[in-house]
Amino acid sequence: MSDTKIVDARDTFCPGPLMELITHMKQSNVGDTLELLSTDEGSGADVPEWVNKVGHEIISNEKIDGVWHIKIRKVK
Amino acid sequence: MRILVVGGGTGGTIVANNLARRLSAEIRARKVRITMLSASDKHMYQPGLLYVAFGQMTPDQLYRDQASLLESCIDFHVDPVEKFELDNQKVITRSGKTHEYDILVIATGSRIVPEQIPGLAEGAETFYTEETAVKMFKGLRALEEGTIAVVVGVPHKCPIAPVELIFSLHDYFKARGIRDKIKIKYHYPIGRIHTIQNVATWAKPEFERMGIEYETLFNVKEVDVDSKVVRSEEGTETEYDMLIAIPPHRGMEVIEKSNLGDDGWIPTDRHQLTMNGHDNVYVLGDTTNLPVSKTGSAAHFEAEVVSENIASIIKIGTPVRDYDGKVYCFIEAGHDQATYAMFNYQNPPDLKPPSKPMHWFKMAYNQMYWTSVRGLL
Repeated sequence: MSDTKIVDARDTFCPGPLMELITHMKQSNVGDTLELLSTDEGSGADVPEWVNKVGHEIISNEKIDGVWHIKIRKVK
Repeated sequence: MRILVVGGGTGGTIVANNLARRLSAEIRARKVRITMLSASDKHMYQPGLLYVAFGQMTPDQLYRDQASLLESCIDFHVDPVEKFELDNQKVITRSGKTHEYDILVIATGSRIVPEQIPGLAEGAETFYTEETAVKMFKGLRALEEGTIAVVVGVPHKCPIAPVELIFSLHDYFKARGIRDKIKIKYHYPIGRIHTIQNVATWAKPEFERMGIEYETLFNVKEVDVDSKVVRSEEGTETEYDMLIAIPPHRGMEVIEKSNLGDDGWIPTDRHQLTMNGHDNVYVLGDTTNLPVSKTGSAAHFEAEVVSENIASIIKIGTPVRDYDGKVYCFIEAGHDQATYAMFNYQNPPDLKPPSKPMHWFKMAYNQMYWTSVRGLL
């Protein structure tokens, strides 16, 4: 299994956490796991909405000390 | 002390000029030398391409000779870098020359890669180069009726551009008196119509007022050029008569070939703007992997920090400033009005209502840019 790649999108408003995640997902290979770090309050819902719609997999989604940690596996 | 600036765009030019002034005494005393390597003898004002795409500027208005923008003490060469050898503190250029350095500034920018999406290069108009902006204008001028679909690749330069494009399209066809015959459909990669929440909140009722259809969570998967259909990763599709794309971007090939960063984006410290693991290598503008807008504005504010820190390291042995993530973007809002988004790592943009004076300021800035890039503004 490949290592988890951290996408640090804390304290960013533009291009924003989900746009950062999409960029890094495009750079990744099928089977890779990415962990998005975000301080955007909306990420806890916005990111799973996109991940589920496009057909990737949410491994975990939790908020720790004000930072969303969302792990995603690239499925296709 | 040999300072080498690679890249003659907004960031590299401001850094070089700013350093030339801050270190003028050291340069006269031959203790410091500034060299710039660029791929072109011309400097383009890239935001002007949107105006070219709507027939409001001609391409020749976008250029100045790069040498004319630089302080005379800067040793300028049109000779792009082919290979970075950071461990040996040197670069090798296309002509085969080797340039050694003590401090390196990498500001090589980004490039469009529409070919990453099947059919996009063949099927879509874009305005990110002189040639494609002119072609897009000719296409708009020839269009009398039908559907224009706007799609947005990721990542892309100038995140405000998709919204400005929509306002410009609406105004253009309204001025021609055929707005009612043109359907405009906007597609955006995430779940709202702009990545900045405040911009999305402001633009949504504007889109509805102008009769713009929109679909969110639409990441372009492929374009069927023959059938004139664009499909998304999310499983939807739109038919079009004219497709306009904000194409996906990538860093420059030389960055990838030199193994400096995935997809040409260099891992960069978000405050010091040094390359991770290389304290004598600074990165700015589109070239960084920072979660900051890829805009001339970000490059400008980063350049001020980089040049001030390099100069202070030479003078007192330590950097003096952190980059705070500052970006300032004009937003053309149609009806000869504009607003702006200003933000940094800690403070989100607080959009003001669009106004005519802000549009006039933007028009003025299109000329003031040449003062700005000289490091004077």
